[in-house]
Formats: sequence, C-alpha cells, structure tokens
Amino acid sequence: MTRKVIKAAPKKTTMKKAIPSDIDTQAGYVRIEDAPLLPPPPSEVGVTGWLYKNIFASMSDFGSVSAALKSVFVAASTLFILYFLVTQISGLLDFAIFSAVWSDPEGLKRQACWTVEQGGALPNGWHAACWPFIEAKAKFIFYGAYPNDDLWRVNLTYALGGFMLAWVMIERLPYRKIVGILLLTVYPVMATVLLTGGAFSISTGTIGGATILGLALITIGRLGKAGYVSGAFGDLALVAGVCGWLVILFAAVLAVFAIDFDLEAIDTRDWGGLLITLVVAITGIVASLPLGILLALGRRSEMPVARFLCTVFIEFWRGVPLITVLFMASVMLPLFMPEGVNFDMLLRALIGVTLFSAAYMAEVVRGGLQAIDKGQYEGADAVGLSYWQSMRLIILPQALTHVIPGIVNTFIGLFKDTALVSIVGIFDLLGAAQSTLADAAWSTPVQGLTGYLVVAVIFFVFCFGMSRYSMFMERKLNRSHKS
Amino acid sequence: MKKLSFLSALCGAAMGFGAVASANAATTLEAVKAKGFVQCGVSQGLPGFSNADDSGKWTGLDVDLCRAVAAAVFGDAEKVKYSPLSAKQRFTALSSGEIDILSRNTTWTMTRDTQLGLNFAGVNYYDGQGMMVPTALGVKSATELDGANICTNTGTTTELNITDYFRTNGMSFNLVAFEKADEVVAAYDAGRCDVYTTDRSGLAAQRGKLTQPDSHVVLPEIISKEPLGPVVRQGDDQWFNIVRWSLNAMINAEELGISSSNVNMKKFQSKLAPSVARLIGKEGKFGEELGLSNDWAYNIIMQVGNYGESYEKHVGLNTPLKLARGVNSLWSKGGILYAAPIR
Repeated sequence: MTRKVIKAAPKKTTMKKAIPSDIDTQAGYVRIEDAPLLPPPPSEVGVTGWLYKNIFASMSDFGSVSAALKSVFVAASTLFILYFLVTQISGLLDFAIFSAVWSDPEGLKRQACWTVEQGGALPNGWHAACWPFIEAKAKFIFYGAYPNDDLWRVNLTYALGGFMLAWVMIERLPYRKIVGILLLTVYPVMATVLLTGGAFSISTGTIGGATILGLALITIGRLGKAGYVSGAFGDLALVAGVCGWLVILFAAVLAVFAIDFDLEAIDTRDWGGLLITLVVAITGIVASLPLGILLALGRRSEMPVARFLCTVFIEFWRGVPLITVLFMASVMLPLFMPEGVNFDMLLRALIGVTLFSAAYMAEVVRGGLQAIDKGQYEGADAVGLSYWQSMRLIILPQALTHVIPGIVNTFIGLFKDTALVSIVGIFDLLGAAQSTLADAAWSTPVQGLTGYLVVAVIFFVFCFGMSRYSMFMERKLNRSHKS
Repeated sequence: MKKLSFLSALCGAAMGFGAVASANAATTLEAVKAKGFVQCGVSQGLPGFSNADDSGKWTGLDVDLCRAVAAAVFGDAEKVKYSPLSAKQRFTALSSGEIDILSRNTTWTMTRDTQLGLNFAGVNYYDGQGMMVPTALGVKSATELDGANICTNTGTTTELNITDYFRTNGMSFNLVAFEKADEVVAAYDAGRCDVYTTDRSGLAAQRGKLTQPDSHVVLPEIISKEPLGPVVRQGDDQWFNIVRWSLNAMINAEELGISSSNVNMKKFQSKLAPSVARLIGKEGKFGEELGLSNDWAYNIIMQVGNYGESYEKHVGLNTPLKLARGVNSLWSKGGILYAAPIR
C-alpha cells in the first residue's frame, strides 16, 4: 500500500506590505524603501565560498577543545587523502601515459621496452607501460583466435547490438518497444548465426516435427478456449495453447539455424577475449532475469510441488561455488556422455553461468516481492485479476523497481565472474590477456602490469556503465524516495 | 554394456582419475579422417611449446607435433584444431574423447602411464627442474644453498622435488610459494628469495621478465627428470603408432640430414641412401602399414620440418628462450634423442 503524503502547499503570500494609512509616512523613523541588496559575503559564493562550505568549514571551528581536536583531525586526514590521491594518480598517469613506451616502429618487440641493463635503450630503473605489446596482442585480447578475415562478423554483431540497445535506451525515439522485442528475440538468433556461421545440421524432420507438434498444441488450446474441453482439463488446454506458440517459435529458430548463409563455420574454441566475456555476460544477464523472476514466484507459490522444486533449485545453485559448476560442466559432463557426443564447451559454460546467476537473481527478486504490502495482492485479487495478470500489472512492476540496485549488483557480479571460465580452458578477456603474458617474445618486467592494466580498464568501463545506467533508471522510476 | 561403461566412468571420475571411456566403435584414425582435422590439446600459453602468437595462431614445439600428425594423416599440417587446456582438465579431455592428442608439456611418469588409461607416445623434450640464482650471490653449485629462501609455484611437483633435494643433501631451506608464475618471478626479482626454481625451459622463458636478466645464472644441477611427450588414449594401437612414428620421423629426418629445404630435392634424386628412401616413401610401404599414405613422413618434413628445425624455430638459441640443445641433441651428437629406425 502506498501511502499518499499530502503536502500542504504553502500559500504564497504577497510580500508587498501595504503601509497602514494611519502612520505618518513623513516621519523620519519609518523606512519606506527596502534596504539596498548587499552582495553575499565572500564566504558564501564563488570558489572560495564553495571551498569554505565544503572543505574548510569542517576544520575551522576552534571554539572548544573537542571542536578544535575534531578540526585538526579533519584537516590532517584531508591532507593525507590529498597526498595519497596525488601520488597514486600521478604514479598511475606516469606509468600509463607519460613514461610509457608508445610505439615500436622498428619491430623490436620486447627490446623496445628494455632498459639499458636488459640490453635495450631505456634508462635504468624505467618502469612504465609497454603499449606496443598491447598493440600487437590487441586482436587476441579482443577476439581470441577468431579468424582475421571474419572479424567483420563480430564487429557487425557488436554494432547491431549496440545500435539496438542505444535505440531502446534513448527515450525520445519512436518504436522503442518494437526494437526492444527484436533485440530480445531476433537479435540473439542473428548473433548466433553471425558468430558461429550457422548452417547447423538440423534435419528437416526435426523442424517439421516441432512445427506439427506446435500446431497440434495450438489447436488443443483453441478447442479449450472454445469450451470443447471438459472442466478439469480446460486450464491444461490453455497452457497447451501457449506452449504451442513457444514450440512454433522454437521451430522457426531451428529453421533459421539450419539455413546455410554461406558463412564459414567458426568453432567456439576459436572465440576468445572480450568476445567471450561479452557473450557469456550478456547471455547470462539476459537469461537469468526472467528465469530468476520465475524461480522467485515459484518459491513464493502456494503450490507445494512448485515451491519445493524452486527452493531446491535455488538452494542447490547457491550452495555450490561457480568454479565447481564450471569444473563439473567441463570435466565430468563429457565422461557421462556417450563416446563421440561432444557438447560445445562454451555452451556448457553458458548454461552453468546462467543457472548459477538465475538462483541469485531469484533471491533478489524474492526480496522485492516480500517488500510489497499484502494489500496490493489483496487489491489485485479484489478487482478480479488472475494470478499472472496481478503479477504482471501490479506486483512485479513495484517489486522489481524496488530491487534495481540488487539486480544490477547481480549483473555486475556476473560480469566479473565470467573471468572464471578461463579455468576450464575458455579464453575470456582475463584468460586471453594472461595467455599473451606468456609470450616470451614480449617478456619484460612490465609485461604483466601492462596487460592487467588493460583488462582492469575494460572491466571497469563495462561495470561502471552498468552502474550508472541503473542509477539513471532509479531516478527515472523515482524509487530512491528522495524526490 | 553401455550402462556399465557409464558406471565405470562415474566411479573413475569420482576417484579423481580420468576414466577409461567405452571401447571405441570407430578407431581414432577413422574418426579423425571423418571430421577432417586433428583435435590437439595444448597448454593455455607456454612460450616455445604451445603459445598463441600475435595473430592468435598456435605455435611451438608441442604444437609442431600435432601439425606433424596432421601432415601424416591428411598431407596438410594446417588441419589441426587446438583446445587450450588447464593442467587439471588435460587428462579428462583426452579420455573423454574431446581431443585426439594431448601435446601439452606433460611429464611422462609411471602413475600417469599406468593409472589413467593413457599412453605416452614418446618424448619430444627432455626437461628437468633447475635453479636460478643472482650472480651477486656468488653461488656456483646448488650444494652451497644451505639456508636459502626458495621461490616456486604452489602445488606442483617442483615444490616436492626441491624439498626432496634439500632433504637428501641435509640442507635447510625456506620455501616461498606463489600461485602464478608471474608472482614467483616478481618476488624473486624483488629479492624476496635467493633461488627461483622451476623446469629449466620455464627458467629460460621467465628470465626475460627480470629487471636485470643477465645478472642471474642457472645452476648446473638438474634435480628431477621431466621427460615431456605427447599422450594418446590407451587401447587404440594404430593411433598410438601414428603419433609415435610421426615424432620418430622428425627425429630420424634430422639424423639423416633431411630438412624441409632439401626434402623436395631428395624426392627427385634417383640415387638415395636406402634409409632416406624408406623415410620419404620411395621404398617400402611403411605408410600403408600405419594406415596412411606412403609419403606420410615426406609431408611431415616438408610442412613441419625435422626435429632440429622445429627446435631451433621455437626454443633454440635464436628465440627469446635461448635454450641450448643439451640433452635434447641427437644421440650421435652427445644427446639422448634416439629414434627407432624406419625399416
């Protein structure tokens, strides 16, 4: 129940005061003109004013012993922090920019970043970034072993995704809903085809079978709607109708996957670097939210079987470390498969990461559901909404906006957790960078620092971006209760 | 039968060993020919042995072995796909059939050979654990290292070997262990320890990361035997033979003086030493007996080169690793490389 706070709007009273007629306006002691407006004191405006208010005010009170002590303490810690920031930032800038080696025109590789002691030309004690190393390894860090001739496919996928995402996020553009739906349905299929090359060997029989099954289910659904199915099975028939559409959609996706677009097939083993990180993170993020919502609803459901299953699922996935999940998927799963049946390594990791983060997401969403007042549920029931209607229209919009920080937290955590896939031999951003560090042709004392710096910056850009967008969403949905 | 193999796989895996997968319906060679490439398990980046170069292409001594097998099977050394594997994954990946050859600087030990359902097809590099110390320490032999601080990686056999060595020689020491090789090097470079120990090829590879690479010296003592070689699944002798003889062909080619630059010439010479004629397929049907074409070894030498060429290209004195041949020379040149003859 949202309580409406009615603010008593203060009525603006006119400030012009009428001078009572019985006062002699000629008398010398009555002021009939406003005093001239003086400029604000210098401690309130301009740079000095800002500095005083925000920095010095807290350290210039020496009125009592305790206040003086506090002022001194504040001043000392301010100075310390300032000193720390200046040295650290200048050190970082010096390492990354001013002292760094930027180019290697002669193709000397590691010699370009060697000091005199090591046999190079740089002064002894030099310690800064070696950017030619990153330049040489950029392709590997961003795309892994993806063939050079086909990089346009990755770039096109990025460009399309970025374009559609931007369209959905910019509020002034028309058709945002349509673009959003395309982004979630057509785009993943397109991206899969572009990145892998498509033309999977899916038999016409499978597609045909799925289509017929879908049509049959839809027919059952229609019959149920028309009232031909007797009472108890009526609901089941409606569910069958919905499933039918899903099956048809699935068949359509399979059909697209089976088309040969004349793109060279590229094994996921050749993918790597930022590409893997983005594929794993985005798939995990997009798939875990709806899954998590369903799990959360299931856990709060009144149907004991559904509740039990969801609880077991959530507690199982929350109870195992992601490393274990990935390790099981990569080491144990192949042993259980019949010889010759190989499940793509990346797909295994994707499924593991998605289910793992869905469990966390479910608990975040459950937190939001619990924050909703019981009256909201009852109100929804009272106006005759079905369970799904009340969830879709009343409960979830409120619950989800409450937990935006938690959801984004899970997203950011997931994004960083993708680095764990490197332990099962998939070269994510961090794994690819680490493997380039092993290249003896570039080995210098600063090789590792340079590589890790790049990885850190890339991770920061993505995570910070997500964080800022979530703040924007919170402000827009006005959930911070600050107004 | 299928259920049984599933159960055995489960038990084997549960015990922490790679389990023997069910008997192959098709041989590995047939399967490899059907899919059109050799799936080769490599490291996640080990300079000189298996490492992705600037364009992401895998190169190295271990990689060349896989390329040699591809050249022997398909006549095309490029028909290889690589699976970078962590040390923990490597044996399961092989026993589950995800890869056809494991060529990932794997030490041949009795436990691995007998308990994992795998076979070592030969040795393509004889490594050994060595020690590096700063020249300033003035140490000439490892026996002078009593009381030293030693930097190494955690949880590897190097830790075990160094402990054994110091105990055997009745010396005290203090172990400083780190998770990643980079950390070990950084700690050693910062002077936190007197000795850096790992495989000698690793010492050579990491030397470039030191601030003053020339003021460190590798001690003469080698404290463990690390014969590194390709591994295949047990139970497919044909594939085992192909891998073993691909390696042997490279070593024999060096011994006979056949390299990628002169093998074409030899092919058209009418008068050839019989051993050379047999190697490059002008005499006998050695390839057919392996289930390959008779010019299998010719293709290896032509496209990959002989062992010496591969060595010099990836780990030799002109590479950043600067590893001298040492024990990895031919037996006729003072080393211990000795390949069985082709006849």
